[in-house]
Amino acid sequence: MKSGADAALAEECAQDVMVTVWRKAPQFDATRASVATWIFTIARNRRIDMLRRDRRPEPEELTWGPEAEPDQLDSIVLQQESARLVAAMAELPEKQRIMIERAYFGELSHSEIAEQTGLPLGTIKSRIRLALERLRHTLS
Amino acid sequence: MTTMIRHHLSDQLLMGYSAGTLPEAFNLVVATHISMCDECRARLASFDALGGALIEAPEMASAMGSGALAATLARIKSADESTAVAPERKASKAVLPQPLQDYVGGDVDKVVWRNVGGGVRQAVLPTSSRASARLLFIPAGAAVPDHGHRGTELTLVLQGAFSDEEDRFGPGDIEIADEDLHHQPIAEAGVDCICLAATDAPLKFRGLLPRLAQPFLQI
Repeated sequence: MKSGADAALAEECAQDVMVTVWRKAPQFDATRASVATWIFTIARNRRIDMLRRDRRPEPEELTWGPEAEPDQLDSIVLQQESARLVAAMAELPEKQRIMIERAYFGELSHSEIAEQTGLPLGTIKSRIRLALERLRHTLS
Repeated sequence: MTTMIRHHLSDQLLMGYSAGTLPEAFNLVVATHISMCDECRARLASFDALGGALIEAPEMASAMGSGALAATLARIKSADESTAVAPERKASKAVLPQPLQDYVGGDVDKVVWRNVGGGVRQAVLPTSSRASARLLFIPAGAAVPDHGHRGTELTLVLQGAFSDEEDRFGPGDIEIADEDLHHQPIAEAGVDCICLAATDAPLKFRGLLPRLAQPFLQI
C-alpha cells in the first residue's frame, strides 16, 4: 500500500485491512476469487475511504438461484489460474509491468501518469495494452 | 437483465474502476453498466485478479513496521469495533439499476427532471467535481443538440435506444466518446430514451443557443 500516502497512514491502512480480513473471513468464497484478489478489493476500498478519494459505487449483486454447493474443483482451478497470473506478471517486460503497477497502486489516472513520467499518453496506453495482451495470451 | 449488449466498457475504464482511480461519476457509469452486463462483470473479475496478483508479487510485499503485528492482534482482540453489514440488495424490474437508485433515491419516478429544450430533460447527479454525471431523458424521435467533447464522455443507455454518426446504442450499451467524436444522438421512435451520461470536461456545442445556455444547464 505505498499509494502516495505517507508511511504511517499506509501502515494504519494495512492494519485496518488485516483486521477486516480477520472479521470477514467467513464471508470469503474460494470459488469466486483468490485470497489475494479478495484482500486486494478490501485494501482498495479501505484506501478510498481513508484518502477520501472519489466514491466508488458497487454494481448490483447478481441474483443467483438457490445457492449452489461450493465446488471444490472450482476453487482449485481458480487457485491454479491465480498462480499462473502471478507467474505471467513476473514474465512481463519491466516497462510494461511498471505501468500496470502504477495504474493500480500509483493512484493515478493514465493522463496523470503521463504528467508525472513525462511519457506521452499514447505510450502509456500502448504499454498497458501490450501488457494485457501478453497476459491474456499467456493465460489462454 | 442482460439483453444483447453490443457496446462494452474499455479495458482502461475497467482497470481504473478496479484500481479505484476513476472520478466518482465514471465509477457510477461503470457500476451501472456492470449491473446490466454479465460479460463486463466477468472482465472486471479478471482486473480484480490482476490487482490480487500484484499484491502477491514478492517485490510488492513491503515490510510493515515492527509493532504492526502486535497492534493488529490487539485490535482483533478488542472486538468492540462494530462491523457494518451491507444492506441486502434485491433484483427488480426497475429501469435504474441499484447503484443509480442509490443516487436518485428511487427509480425513474423519483428523478427530478429539468427541461433543457426540445423536449429533452436532464437531472444532474451529486458526484465529486472531477467529472459530472447526469440522467438524460430524450423523447422518442428527438435529438440531443449536436456536440463535441474536450475530455471523455460516457453515455450508457438505460431505456430505449439512440443512434448517432457512430452506431446504434440500445439498453445496456455504452458509448465512449473522446475529443475526436462530434456527434448528434437521436432517440429511436417508439420508446423514450433514458441515458446516464458522464463527462470529465464541459461539452462543446456547435449551435450558438446551446452554448449560451451551457453555464445554466451545468453540462
